[in-house]
Amino acid sequence: MTLHANLEVVRDGFRLGAELAVEPGEVVALLGPNGAGKTTALRALAGLLPLSGGHIRLGGQTWDAPPDVFRPAERRPIGVVFQDYLLFAHLSALENVAFGLRARGVGRAVARAEAARWLDLVGLAEHAKAKPRTLSGGQAQRVALARALATGPELLLLDEPLAALDAATRLHVRAELGRHLHDYPGHTLLVTHDPLDAMVLADRLVVLEHGAIVQQGTPTEVARRPRTDYVADLVGLNLYRGTAHGTAVALDSGGTLTVALPVTGPVHVVFPPTAVSLHPENPAGSPRNAWRVTVAGIEQHAHTTRVRLDGVPPVLADITTATVADLRLQPGDELWAAVKATEVHAYPS
Amino acid sequence: MTSTRRRARGRLPVVLVLPAVIGLAFLLVPLVGLLVRAPWSTLPERLAGESVGQALRLSLVCASLATVVCLVLGVPLAWLLARGDVPGRGLLRALVTVPLVLPPVVGGVALLFVLGRRGLLGQHLDAWFGISLPFTTAGVVLAEAFVAMPFLVISVEGALRAADPRYEEAAATLGASRWLAFRRVTLPSILPGVVAGTVLCWARALGEFGATITFAGNFPGETTTMPLAVYLALESDPESAIVLSVVLLLVSVGVLAALRDRWISGPS
Repeated sequence: MTLHANLEVVRDGFRLGAELAVEPGEVVALLGPNGAGKTTALRALAGLLPLSGGHIRLGGQTWDAPPDVFRPAERRPIGVVFQDYLLFAHLSALENVAFGLRARGVGRAVARAEAARWLDLVGLAEHAKAKPRTLSGGQAQRVALARALATGPELLLLDEPLAALDAATRLHVRAELGRHLHDYPGHTLLVTHDPLDAMVLADRLVVLEHGAIVQQGTPTEVARRPRTDYVADLVGLNLYRGTAHGTAVALDSGGTLTVALPVTGPVHVVFPPTAVSLHPENPAGSPRNAWRVTVAGIEQHAHTTRVRLDGVPPVLADITTATVADLRLQPGDELWAAVKATEVHAYPS
Repeated sequence: MTSTRRRARGRLPVVLVLPAVIGLAFLLVPLVGLLVRAPWSTLPERLAGESVGQALRLSLVCASLATVVCLVLGVPLAWLLARGDVPGRGLLRALVTVPLVLPPVVGGVALLFVLGRRGLLGQHLDAWFGISLPFTTAGVVLAEAFVAMPFLVISVEGALRAADPRYEEAAATLGASRWLAFRRVTLPSILPGVVAGTVLCWARALGEFGATITFAGNFPGETTTMPLAVYLALESDPESAIVLSVVLLLVSVGVLAALRDRWISGPS
């Protein structure tokens, strides 16, 4: 059962036109700057905003197809995690999670038992009686996720689920959210303006600009072949999965990177293309990470030149036009790429 | 430590302070006078006395029933004004507040001409169901509800407009109908506003005079509420009038105390 959505929404001089397909078990990230129409798309899928044209279909069921069909939010099998969670302040965490089941006609005892199971699953069993205002940001986010998932929705919608968290909490909550999304069998659409969230959590990125899709593909594809300057800026991240032992991270795709802060276990390793320097010979001195690469492609972007390099691991480098001229870069050239350990960040995954 | 408080901006001008003090006295002295004249020693037995007790009971019953009527009709009306997608909402909102500024006597006259035995609706009520509302206890409840409902509607509507409608959307995504979302999510969140509106509405109903005497008349035990009894007693039994007045005064102070956070403490 694939979710097919051809979203057309026109209002107040803004026009959204985006065609999406989400497979069961797939996590699609809708990525874009503020005002690109991400939240409009999410609200249309949720049934909080009727389409002006197009359709939303899941399996054999039509959710929205103007002018004839419109199923309101309460009659769609969805779960939504809102940006500021919107937990009901007068209800306990348990009652919040049980709300959706109760609203869908499940008996009180069964709903509460199921809600307790979900709270346990997100690690908040001991906070069942807590009111939302006594919870920390990370805990509130987990209650919101449990509340959205407790009804067993076909489509899970997440609106900037990590945006309200501080940097330290964000790391843990992101890793945990990733695990829950991995276990969730339904369709997931994640709206975010943070490329790292999108690349870590999603199987596929859909980049939205000015109400239209400018690019889509797996995170690696989009990062390696950005179609617009905006995408290059936004998604231009070197991101790898790997396993860390202290400061050494063995990458799943081959190769090893050294990080500054020791970590252990499965991690995401991230550094920006601007952190990569290119050298004709093996550079001596401070860089802890240096490996042989071959130039696969050179693209000129607004202010920098992005070089795609094959190697173990493959890597993107942003260098100045002057460096391009100095090194006389051509596709097929063999070089050394170097990254300082302090520029490489590892996040537990 | 010095006992003289230093002032940064000199003395307060007499031309402002003098009228202010007179104004304060003008508001407080009559109330104090009432308390001074009250027959405190015989108060309990007078309260239990037949005419006073009767008026007190009738007043409490009618004001409470009128408040129930206002809640049942007024909360949905407030919801419609705050959330409903109805055309001419601004005009509706203005119309709802008319009874607030209308002299209550005019309200009573209007009710009489609509619901009276020869009235627009009243003649049908009388002909079809044999129901006659004017000059009955039900008429008292109607007159009080007519005058008091705007207080509730305005209070609840303000609370609704301040409440974030996105919580209702969150409830909808969880499968809740609009009615369920209103009952389980919105209503609990605006409860303080509803309580404040209810108290205000009840107090207004309790003190209602003009519309009541016009629409429901003055029949002891049936339509003579406390304010009417006070007015009547002034000629025949001034002491009873004072007792009733003190009771009404205490109720008003009680209402103020209950709402002190919302109405008295201004911006600090």
